[in-house]
Amino acid sequence: MKTIFKRPDSMTDMVTHYCPGCTHGTAHRMVAEVVDEMGIRERTVGIAPVGCSVLLYKYMDTDMHQAAHGRAPAVATGVKRVKPGLIVYSYQGDGDLASIGTAEIIHAANRGEKITVVFINNAIYGMTGGQMAPTTMPNQKTTTSPYGRDVNDVGYPMRMCEMLQTLRTPSYIARASLHDPLHSVQAKQALKKAFAYQNENKCFSFVELLSICPTNWGIPPVKSMDWLVERMLPYYPLGVFKTPEDEE
Amino acid sequence: MPQVTIDKNRCKGCEHCVSACPQNVLEMSDDINVKGYFYSYTANPQRCIGCTMCAIMCPDMAIEIKVHGTQYKYFNY
Amino acid sequence: MAKILMKGSEAIGEAAIKAGCLSYFAYPITPQSEIAEYLAKRLPKIGGTFLQAESEIAASQMVFGAAGTGVRVMTTSSSPGISLMSEAMSYIAGAELPAVFVNIVRGGPGLGGILPSQGDYFQATKGAGHGNFRFLVLAPANVQEFVDYMIKAFPLAEKYRNPVMLVGDGLIAQMMEPVDFDNVASTPQGDVESWATTGCKDRETNLINSLFLDPLKLEKFNDKLADKYNRMRDEEVVYEEYAMDDDPDVVMVAYGTTSRVVKTAIDEFRKEDKLKVGLIRPITLFPFPMDVLRNLSAKSHVKAFGVVEMSIGQMLEDVKWATLERKPVEFFSRKGGIVPNPDETKDFIKNIFKKIGA
Repeated sequence: MKTIFKRPDSMTDMVTHYCPGCTHGTAHRMVAEVVDEMGIRERTVGIAPVGCSVLLYKYMDTDMHQAAHGRAPAVATGVKRVKPGLIVYSYQGDGDLASIGTAEIIHAANRGEKITVVFINNAIYGMTGGQMAPTTMPNQKTTTSPYGRDVNDVGYPMRMCEMLQTLRTPSYIARASLHDPLHSVQAKQALKKAFAYQNENKCFSFVELLSICPTNWGIPPVKSMDWLVERMLPYYPLGVFKTPEDEE
Repeated sequence: MPQVTIDKNRCKGCEHCVSACPQNVLEMSDDINVKGYFYSYTANPQRCIGCTMCAIMCPDMAIEIKVHGTQYKYFNY
Repeated sequence: MAKILMKGSEAIGEAAIKAGCLSYFAYPITPQSEIAEYLAKRLPKIGGTFLQAESEIAASQMVFGAAGTGVRVMTTSSSPGISLMSEAMSYIAGAELPAVFVNIVRGGPGLGGILPSQGDYFQATKGAGHGNFRFLVLAPANVQEFVDYMIKAFPLAEKYRNPVMLVGDGLIAQMMEPVDFDNVASTPQGDVESWATTGCKDRETNLINSLFLDPLKLEKFNDKLADKYNRMRDEEVVYEEYAMDDDPDVVMVAYGTTSRVVKTAIDEFRKEDKLKVGLIRPITLFPFPMDVLRNLSAKSHVKAFGVVEMSIGQMLEDVKWATLERKPVEFFSRKGGIVPNPDETKDFIKNIFKKIGA
């Protein structure tokens, strides 16, 4: 019999620490599948963030670098600039990228660093136990917005794709979602495109993946997918926001 | 008939695969695995069409799929 | 290439290149922006990597990334910028990576001033960031010495796989002095394949990491760091003895710019007052030259110590500790960016002699 689906070679066989149903695992697997399919395992360096996915470095069977909170795009810049032959990606959550790391992601994108950023948006801080993130939805209850996010008090959720899209420097910016098989397939395609742009030394690439956090949302995994569809999809439209060809 | 193998001790009982399967092949077991999760299993393996959507949705790399001969490709993953 | 007249900042940049460091990430800040300006011109021409980051935070994290690949890499800044780099410094030490930081110290705290200061002594030697780590800290006193110790800094960082810091000030960075690059030879770098992120072709994967959730592992790692720093204490202490060969009654302690003023004061004082005073000049601020001062404090001919420092007394504490205050430790300082002049330093020495009744 022919195996048509298995754990990618670029992943270790460790069982992840993620909560049941957490889509970090799916996103990890897709990145590893792209690395496998492009045959770049031996020249890929992944930058792990601070957050639930800090332990990415235990799950990826490639050279890895664990960065300080929010600094992954800068660390990735450092690696890529001195070793341009490597394929370098940073994998970050919404607290890491859209909060403490806002300056780093904006300037990495604006410089057009030839790196790929995988941005997991699950509208909450996971590792620290469910606090409000820059991407937390209006009226969404978290441990630091116990009465629901009050947009008049702390503003609206941040849409990173739309923000980065305004930068003049050519780049590939897309948002996809992991809430069902169809969208997961599209997410994988977006990742493939992003890594291809880097592999062709073309431009900065950024893929935002809408994800769920059943534990901190307090919603069972399958129902969390519905919450994502009802609450997050309308606010975070999916699609390709920018491609390097736009600027030509 | 495609063969779906679920590593029951990797499974965390999240049910994404059950929800994703278009053929109702998968169900949650009444038993628990080493970590105390009800794990997913192939209740109706004969109904499987090898679409791999269960494996695509599994966050824990617990599902491996084999087929005899050529696989009918529903989409390009 | 014989001696050439060169501004300190530019000599520091050229020294890095001569040391084999071709990767530099930085952010502008007075009084050392010229280092970046110089390297912005030079590095691209010689296949090096120059990048101005969006902040010192980002610049230092780029250094962290680049250091992880095993290349020689450096950043330079000044006091407020160095404060922003403390997170990356801790991660670099925590991931056992070689890297060189240069702090051209300016008046503080806060935005402070832009003129010379030695107010970052604690930061450099004791408080560079969170966790049990230390910098090997070098304090050159002039442009040539800065060049010489820039060359030594990279092999030292690699020997210990620990960051090294050089501290100077605006005087050294902005002044032009004769510099000789002829006898300046860099030590080649050792193999890095066993730990650096160069792509795992033909080897196990490498990981640059400072996360140790298992307390036993983190404790073991901290012991390893302690060993490193003890080894530095044993092998890397460097200091200069000036006018110390006739058993002086008073021993001055000063480093960097102030040591030059103290030397002038000593020369003039010895001529005018015929009293014996000498200077111990630490060049490594960590490891601090403890033994020489401790031994001197036990000598009968030594009646007192005089510390001159552009701070409110930071190295002063290490001198008190080193000498166990067996003899009085007097202190003279100018702050705010004011550099003590030889006359007021001579008055300070006179007062010490008055106090010890010589």
